[in-house]
Amino acid sequence: MTKSNAKAYWKENIRYLLFLLAIWFIVSYGAGILFKDILNEIKIGGFKLGFWFAQQGSIYVFVILIFVYVRLMNKLDKKYGYDE
Amino acid sequence: MMNNIFLIETIGVQNWTYILVGVTFALYIGIAIWSRAGSTKEFYVAGGGVSPLANGMATAADWMSAASFISMAGIISFAGYDGAVYLMGWTGGYVLLALLLAPYLRKFGKFTVPDFIGDRYYSKTARLVAVFCALLVSFTYVAGQMRGVGLVFSRFLEVDINTGVIIGMIIVLFYAVLGGMKGITYTQVAQYCVLIFAFMVPAIFISIQMTGNPIPQFGFGSKLADGSGMYLLDKLDGLSTELGFNEYTEGSKSVVDVFAITLALMVGTAGLPHVIVRFFTVKRVRDARKSAGLALLLIAILYTTAPAVSVFARTNLIETVSDKSYVNVPEWFKKWEKTGLITFTDKNEDGRIQYLADTSQNELVVDNDIMVLANPEIANLPDWIVALVAAGGLAAALSTAAGLLLVISASVSHDLIKKMINPKISEQGELIAARLSAIVAVCVAGYFGINPPGFVAATVALAFGLAAASFFPAIILGIFYKKMNKEGAIAGMVVGIIAMLLYMVKYRLGWFDEVTPDKSEWWYGISPEGFGSVAMVLNFIVSISIMKFTKEPPENVQDIVENIRIPSGAGEATH
Repeated sequence: MTKSNAKAYWKENIRYLLFLLAIWFIVSYGAGILFKDILNEIKIGGFKLGFWFAQQGSIYVFVILIFVYVRLMNKLDKKYGYDE
Repeated sequence: MMNNIFLIETIGVQNWTYILVGVTFALYIGIAIWSRAGSTKEFYVAGGGVSPLANGMATAADWMSAASFISMAGIISFAGYDGAVYLMGWTGGYVLLALLLAPYLRKFGKFTVPDFIGDRYYSKTARLVAVFCALLVSFTYVAGQMRGVGLVFSRFLEVDINTGVIIGMIIVLFYAVLGGMKGITYTQVAQYCVLIFAFMVPAIFISIQMTGNPIPQFGFGSKLADGSGMYLLDKLDGLSTELGFNEYTEGSKSVVDVFAITLALMVGTAGLPHVIVRFFTVKRVRDARKSAGLALLLIAILYTTAPAVSVFARTNLIETVSDKSYVNVPEWFKKWEKTGLITFTDKNEDGRIQYLADTSQNELVVDNDIMVLANPEIANLPDWIVALVAAGGLAAALSTAAGLLLVISASVSHDLIKKMINPKISEQGELIAARLSAIVAVCVAGYFGINPPGFVAATVALAFGLAAASFFPAIILGIFYKKMNKEGAIAGMVVGIIAMLLYMVKYRLGWFDEVTPDKSEWWYGISPEGFGSVAMVLNFIVSISIMKFTKEPPENVQDIVENIRIPSGAGEATH
C-alpha cells in the first residue's frame, strides 16, 4: 500500500468522523440541552420534544450513528483495499 | 393445576430469591470452570478471538454496574429532566469510543491502556502515570460495586451487609482469578442476559398496569390506563408542582452545569480502562467497530427503559403515600422502613404522610435505590419478579467488579512487573503474578466494601472526571495528532488529574475549608461532577502548548501512528 493511498483513506475517514460527530453534538447538546426549552413547546404524544431528546431520542440516534459509521467504514476499507 | 399455582404462591420472596440467585451463581461458576485461562494472552484479552456479539454483550454487562441497574432510575425519578445527564452521558460516550478510540487501539494490538500510552509516548514515565490513573480509577469504582453486592444481599436475603460483601468477593475471586479475561467475558455474556431480563420484566408489567402499553419507552409518553384521558407525564408534572417540586420534565440544574456533567460523563466513559480493554479481545478492527455498536444497542435497551421506570415509580410513590394515613400504608412501606431507606417522621403529628419539597414540612425521606428495588412490590407484582430484581442487581454489580479487577491485575502484573520491574519474567511467572494481583485486588476491594470511606459516592464521580482529564486527551492526541510528543502528553495528563483532584477536594469533599463551599462558589456554576470536562480541555491545551516547545517524536513512533490509522493487518494482540 502506498503512502498516498493511506493519506487519502485517512482524509475521508476524518470527513466521516466530523459529519457523524456533528450529529452526535446536535441531538444531545443541541436538542437535549441548549434548545430544550424551545423544543419543549412542541409535543409528541405525552412527550415534550426537548425532554424526549434528552431522555430517549439522543440515545436512539447514538446507536444509529455507530451502525452508520460501521457501514461507511467497511465500504471505505474496501475502496482503499484495507478490508480483510 | 390448582395445586401448582398454590405452590408457587407459597414459595415466597425469600425462597424465590435463594433459588434465582443460587441458580445464576452456579451458572457463573460453571462457565468460569469451562473457560479458564491457560496463557497470559487468554488471561488479558481472552485469546483475542471473541465474536463481536459476545464482546458486545460482555461490554454491556461490564459497563452496566450496580449504579446503572439499581440507582440510576431512582436518581432520575427524583431529578426529573436533570437525570438526562446520566442517560446521555453514559451512552454518548460509546459514540466517541466507537469512532475515535476502539478501532485504533485494536489495531495497535497490545494488552492494556498503559501499554498504548507507554509505547506511543516512548516513555516509562508516561506509562507509570497511566498505570497510576488506571489503578486509581478502577479501585474507586470497584469499591462501590462490592458495596452494591453487599446491599443486595442484605436487603433480599437478610444477611449482614458484610457477609454479603464476602460472599460476593468469593464468587468474583473464583471466576476472575481462574478465568481471567476469557472467564470474565463468557460469564459477562450470561450476566447481561440475567440483568436485562430482570430489568425489563417488571418495567413491562408496570407499563401495562399504568398505561396499557407493553413497551415502557412508549408507555411513559402515553395516556393513563385509568380512563381519565390524561397523559402520564402531564399528571406527574401536576403532582410534582402541587407538592412544591419543580415540574418533572423541567429539572433544576443550570444549562451550563447540565452541559458540563454530560460532557464529563461521556468523555469519562470513553476513557475508562475497563471498557477500552474489552475492544482488545476481538479479532479484527472491523469487529471492534461493530462490537462497540452492539454494546451500545444492548446498553440502550436498559438506558431507554430506565427513564420510563423513573416516571412510573415516582407517580406510583406519590399516589400511594402522599397525604395518606400512616397506619394504612402498604406492607412494602414498613418492610423498607426497617432497612432505613424510607423514613417517616410525623412532624405535625396528624398521622398522615406529608411528602413535600419544603424540607421543614416534609415528613418522608426516600432513598434513590428503592425506586428500582421496591418498584415491583409497590406495583404489587408477583414474588418471583421481586426476586428476579435481586438476581439482576447482583449480576450487574459482579460483572462490573470482575472487569475492573482484571484491569487492576493486568496493570500490576503486565504494566508494572513485566514492563518495568522484571522484563525477563516467564509466561508462567507473569500468569501467576496476574492471578496473585487479582487476589490482592479482590481483598482490597472487599475491605473498602466493608469499610466504605465516607466519600465513596464522590469518588465514583471522580473516577469519570479522572478518566476524562487523563486518558481521553492522551489517547485521542496519540491517534489523531502525529506530532504529539511525550513531554506534551505527560504534562497534559498530570495537569488534568491534579486540576480535577483539587476541584473535587475543595468543592465536593471540602477538605480545604471548615465547611464544604456552597455551590454559589463553583466556577461558572460548574459542579465537581462536571469539572472533568474543564480538566479535559485543560489537558488538551497544556499538551499542545508544551509540544510546541519541545522535540517532535522520533520517526519510528510517527510510523506507529501511521500504521494504527490503517485498519488492515491488525494481527493478534502481543506483548
